[in-house]
Amino acid sequence: MEGYNFAYLDEQTKRMIRRAILKAVAVPGHQVPFGSREMPLPYGWGTGGIQVTASILGADDTLKVIDQGADDTTNAVSIRRFFARTAGVRTTTRTAEATVIQTRHRVPETPLREDQIIVYQVPQPEPLSRLEPSRVQTKIMHALGEYGLMHVKLYEDVARYGQVSISYDYPVMVNGRHLMAPSPIPAFDNPKLDRMPALQLFGAGREKRIYAVPPFTSVRSLDFDDHPFRAIRAPHACGLCGATDCYLDEVVVDDRGKRLFVCSDTDHCATRREAGHSGADSLPEAAE
Amino acid sequence: MSTVAIQAEALAKDFVLHLQGGLRIPVLSEIGLSVHAGECVALAGPSGAGKSTLMRSLYGNYLTDSGSILVRHRGAMVDIAVADPRTVIAVRRETLGYVSQFLRVVPRVAARDVVAEVLIARGTPEAEARGRASELLLRLNIPSRLHGLPPATFSGGEQQRVNLARGFIGGHPILLLDEPTASLDVANASVVAGMIEEAKARGTAIVGIFHDLDIRDRVADRLFHVAPIQEAA
Amino acid sequence: MIAPGALLSARGLALSFGRIVALRDAAMDIWPGEVLAIVGESGSGKTTLLNVLSGNVRPDGGTVAYRSGSGAVVDVHAMPAPALRALHRSEWGFVQQDPRRNLRMNVSAGGNVGERLMAQGARHYGNIRDEAARWLETVEIDASRIDDLPRTFSGGMLQRLQIARTLVTRPSLVFMDEPTGGLDVSVQARLLDLIRSLVARLHIAVVLVTHDIAVARLLADRIMVMQNGSVIETGLTDQVLDDPHHPYTQLLVSSVLAA
Repeated sequence: MEGYNFAYLDEQTKRMIRRAILKAVAVPGHQVPFGSREMPLPYGWGTGGIQVTASILGADDTLKVIDQGADDTTNAVSIRRFFARTAGVRTTTRTAEATVIQTRHRVPETPLREDQIIVYQVPQPEPLSRLEPSRVQTKIMHALGEYGLMHVKLYEDVARYGQVSISYDYPVMVNGRHLMAPSPIPAFDNPKLDRMPALQLFGAGREKRIYAVPPFTSVRSLDFDDHPFRAIRAPHACGLCGATDCYLDEVVVDDRGKRLFVCSDTDHCATRREAGHSGADSLPEAAE
Repeated sequence: MSTVAIQAEALAKDFVLHLQGGLRIPVLSEIGLSVHAGECVALAGPSGAGKSTLMRSLYGNYLTDSGSILVRHRGAMVDIAVADPRTVIAVRRETLGYVSQFLRVVPRVAARDVVAEVLIARGTPEAEARGRASELLLRLNIPSRLHGLPPATFSGGEQQRVNLARGFIGGHPILLLDEPTASLDVANASVVAGMIEEAKARGTAIVGIFHDLDIRDRVADRLFHVAPIQEAA
Repeated sequence: MIAPGALLSARGLALSFGRIVALRDAAMDIWPGEVLAIVGESGSGKTTLLNVLSGNVRPDGGTVAYRSGSGAVVDVHAMPAPALRALHRSEWGFVQQDPRRNLRMNVSAGGNVGERLMAQGARHYGNIRDEAARWLETVEIDASRIDDLPRTFSGGMLQRLQIARTLVTRPSLVFMDEPTGGLDVSVQARLLDLIRSLVARLHIAVVLVTHDIAVARLLADRIMVMQNGSVIETGLTDQVLDDPHHPYTQLLVSSVLAA
């Protein structure tokens, strides 16, 4: 596109962000501050993820953008179009075809590979923020590895609700050292982060932090020995593809309150249906 | 002659009252006293002569200015006058018992536990210590219904008997008794005299101040006279 | 640097805040299982001394040495911050006059007591909860209150909760700053009795700062009297209080109202 640098950001900014990414990769789970730029969309719409994506994107990359598992929501469509126009890269909705995947609130069901990078959009990078409001204090806690407070929160949950009530952004220990917010993905997706072959990058635009999980790094969800972490999903099969092992969305399909459980990962669901799987509610000719 | 249990030599003590312009009051001077195991020595002398001061000095409660107070503790002689606080505490726990005129009341602690504490501090199991405390309180005519109550609400005589039980339960080889029967009736005083005699028979060395001359004559082997010091001119 | 057999030894502590001298050549030792009271009026330097001993405030001069559970002697003010914080979470405890400074008021009583266990790596919920319940009962708080927030507790209960939270890791040394200050007399008596029996039973060494001579007499084996940043008299508690030698100690003892 005329008048813009490749992938929108200028090269100096990208270089600065790459340095932050390198440091983040070197210290898995550690939040690295970076000079977050004004982007042509508001905070909360993925400005952190976009800056990370812009900094790592090359001309021969293929980009996939997902929002709550779907490729066709406004946010996903506009970010995909943004990079198609400013970088001219190929885009795709197929997880397997993408080299860079920017995501909000989900990890694809299809296992990622070593030659892929996943970029998470992060609203709040500090996992202790709701327990300890002082940034100074949380930095000390990270520096010294003092995470008893996080377990106090889990204790309170079990005492009050009989189980840990955190259903998304469930805190994890990375590489046995740093406590990390996995971004607001469902707790169901947490196990996918553990020893993932793909590089995982996290960008928080408003909070100006970047952090990372290098490939094949241990990511453990916090829990108690007698209340182990469990990946919870709705106890249904996908109405369209019949899958019983992936994360489901509940949608209201008519004005009489009829509900349908479908895969949240639209690409995964479509791939399965193409392979001949079908669910109880699948229509022979689903409107595309 | 049996072994010396406690021996004071050339003891001297003045009180200096800084709040009264540094007024110096000499109380003890050139005191030499030694008591053997199984012996009971009664301090005698007019009121104000320094009997209580001497008693408290022997216990390490008052700091003497010169002289020594040797106490046989775990087979060796320890000088209470110069020993460090932790040694004094150990000597008091195992060797040197003291019955003051008044019970220093600890809030909320039951009479039985006030007494049993002495044994528990030495490692006696709590149940056993409480059992022995109750027996001793009963012997001193404190009825069982009072054993579970804090002594703060007891009468003066009852408090003194709790105090005596606390002093005697440990079976310390040396006992210092400051007016042990002062607020007791004849029957209870006689129980205490019996306990003193038993302690002597066990080989306990006793130093006492007895205002009750009948009791004193009954238990004391000899008198030690404490004379008032002439005011320095 | 550390006295033979002592748990904590301080030598030559000096500290000034501008022209105000807070500590002047202060020294002390404490042995395992012993209760040492530091008494003196407001501004005598006793709380400053407590903060220097516990490593919270760095002195201008002097040393504080601690013999850790492993037997190693460490210089408290030369330790790296993480080691000092770890010490505060495990072998040491600090009981504040205002329990709200130490407790998490938006966390249940059980969570407050369990925090130190979790900070030390306890990861079994059932065990943590059982231990918390046991400690609540030990400090005479009904175990049925385990899920209640501290803000529903009375002042005396808050102070007892703080003590449970502090002692749950069985520290060998606890610093206490006026632990009974600001409580009603009857509540005070209960708390003193509790501290007294717990300290004896668990063989905990305590450095206790108080302006209340009666508290010192009840709890302490030894006493240190401070005035204007200096230690002016020290010894066996009953000896110092019954036969005080320094003019200021005599004034302090004679100023106490007899109950």
